[in-house]
Amino acid sequence: MKVLITGISGALAREVTRRVVERGHEVVGIDVRPWYHPPEGVRVIQTDIRKRPAEEVFRSFRPDALVHMATVTHLTHRSRDRYRINLGGTQAVFEHCAHYGVKQALFVGRHTYYGAGPDSPLYHTESEPPMAVHTFAELSDLVAADLYAGSALWRYPRIDTAVLRLCYTLGPFRQGTLAAFLKGPRVPTVLGFDPLFHFIHELDAAAAIVLSLEARLRGVFNVSGPPPVPLSVIIRETGRSPVPLPEALIRPLLGRFGLPRLPPGALEHVKYPVVIDSSAFRKATGFAPQFDEDATMAAFREAG
Amino acid sequence: MIPATLIPLPTDAEIARRVSRIELPWNRHGIDPYGIDQRELARLYTLLSFFYHRYFDVKVYGSNHVPARGRAMLVGNHSGGWALDAIMIIASAFFSLDPPRLAQGMAEKFIQRMPFLAWFTSRIGQLTGLPEHAVRLLQDDRLLMVFPEGARGTAKLYRERDSLVGFGTGFVRLALQTRTPIVPVAFVGGGEAIPTVTNLYRVGRLFGVPYIPVTPWGAAIPLPVTLQILYGAPIVLEGNASDTDDVIARHVERIKGRIAALIRQGRALRDGKLRETELDLT
Repeated sequence: MKVLITGISGALAREVTRRVVERGHEVVGIDVRPWYHPPEGVRVIQTDIRKRPAEEVFRSFRPDALVHMATVTHLTHRSRDRYRINLGGTQAVFEHCAHYGVKQALFVGRHTYYGAGPDSPLYHTESEPPMAVHTFAELSDLVAADLYAGSALWRYPRIDTAVLRLCYTLGPFRQGTLAAFLKGPRVPTVLGFDPLFHFIHELDAAAAIVLSLEARLRGVFNVSGPPPVPLSVIIRETGRSPVPLPEALIRPLLGRFGLPRLPPGALEHVKYPVVIDSSAFRKATGFAPQFDEDATMAAFREAG
Repeated sequence: MIPATLIPLPTDAEIARRVSRIELPWNRHGIDPYGIDQRELARLYTLLSFFYHRYFDVKVYGSNHVPARGRAMLVGNHSGGWALDAIMIIASAFFSLDPPRLAQGMAEKFIQRMPFLAWFTSRIGQLTGLPEHAVRLLQDDRLLMVFPEGARGTAKLYRERDSLVGFGTGFVRLALQTRTPIVPVAFVGGGEAIPTVTNLYRVGRLFGVPYIPVTPWGAAIPLPVTLQILYGAPIVLEGNASDTDDVIARHVERIKGRIAALIRQGRALRDGKLRETELDLT
C-alpha cells in the first residue's frame, strides 16, 4: 500500500512512519519542517500542504491512503496562521484525496475537541458535540478541522475516512501538549482543582494509528490508553512539583518564573477533565495498549 | 461538607482497611477510573464515623435489601436543609454493608465550580448530576444514589419535613434503560437535625449556591438527634425506557408511595407508635 503522511516530521508521525515502513508499505511524507534522516525508502517533500508541490505529490505518487497529521496547536504555532493551516490544510488534503483517487483517509485529531468545563461528563463518546469552544478560542480551528474531516464521510463516500480523537500522548519523545505542560520542574495547578488527565504512551498512539490504517477504519473514534489519572499524580510520578495558584493569580503569572505559557482558555483544561470512552475503537480494531499509566509516566520521566 | 483536603485530618487505620475492601477497580495509586481516591475516602469515612457513630444516633433498618454487588439505585427522600441525608446514606452503605459499598450520588452542578469542593467531591465519587454519569455508573455495576425531589427537596421547611415534593421522572427511565433494581430509601430525622425556618435564596446566589437554609439558631448546624435510614426491598420495574410519560408517571408514583410508607413507619418508630419488630420493609 502507498501511504502519504502529512506532518511527517513530528515525533509521533516519525514513529508511525517507521512502523508503516516496517510492515512493508511505501511511504512519502510532506512537512514544512525537515526530516534529515528518514528511514530508507521514505521520501520527504518539504512544503506546505496547501501549496502546489503538495498537490503534485498526490498527482505523481498516487497514494492509496492518507494519514493527516499536519495540524498544529497553540503551543507550537502562535500566529493567526494556525487557523489556515488546520482548516485550510485539512480541506486541501481531502479535496486532493477525492480528486486523485485516494481510497482511505485518516485524520489524527485530538480529544480536546470535547472541551473541558464544570458540567461536562467524564468519558465522552463520539456522538457528543464540542461543548467548550467558546471558552477556549485557541481550540476552535482544531474543532473545525475535526468536524470538516468527519464531513468527508458523506461528502466523499467512496473514501474510507476515519477521524481519530487521540488523547494526550506522553512518553520518551517528550512532545505534545501534555509534555509541554509538564516540561519544567514546576507545574502550575489551579488551587482547589485536580482534574483527571487522559493520556496514552507515544508508542501505543503510533500503534493505534497504524492499526486504524490497516483495519481501514471508517467513522469517528476516540483513542485512549490506560484509565485517566489525576493531574497531581502525574506531577508526582513524573518527578515535578506542583505550584497551586489561586485562579485570580494564575493568569498574570503564566509564562513567568519558569511556568509554562498558556492561553487563558487552557486554564479550563487544568481545572476540569477531558476523559474519553474509547470502547468503540477497541471493538473495531482490537486495540489494547501495551503501556499502563505507570509505565507511561515513567517513560516520560526517564527520558530527560 | 468540610473539604477534607484542606484539613490534615487523621485517617483511622481500621477504616482505611475497610476502604480497600470496597470492590472497585483500583489502580496502583488506589484510584479508580472515575478518579475516586482510597485515601480521600478513608479521610471522609474517618470524619463521617464520628458523626455517624457518635454525634448522631443513626439507626439503619433493612440494609440487607441493598445488593452486595452489581448495579442498584438507592432512591430516597430529602430531609434536612442540606445533603445530610446523602452523607448519612453514604456512611451507612460503608459502615452497615459487608462488603462495604460506595454510594455515588449525583451532585449539584454548582459544586464543580467551587475550588476544593470540586476536587473533594470528584475524589470521593460524587460526580455532577448528569444523565451520562448515571448511565455509565450503572453500566459499571455501581451503587447509584438518587433523590428525585432534587434541590426543592432539601429546601423543605421544618413543618414539611416528612412530606415529599414532586418527583422527577428521569430515574425511572434510567432504571428501565439499564435494568437496574430500585431500592427505596427513607431518611427520617433530618428535619429535627436541621429545622429550617426559612431559606435565603438571594444571599445564596451571591455565594454561588442555590440557597442558604436558616435555623432558629441561625446557621444550619445540625443537632445531635436520632436519624433513621430505612431501606425497602428492591423493586425491579417491568417496561421500556421509551414508554410514554403516563406509563412512567405510574412507576414514579409507585416508588414515591413506597418511600412515603417507609417515612411513615420511621416517624411511627420515633413516636413510639410502632415497634422495630412490626416494621414492614418489603
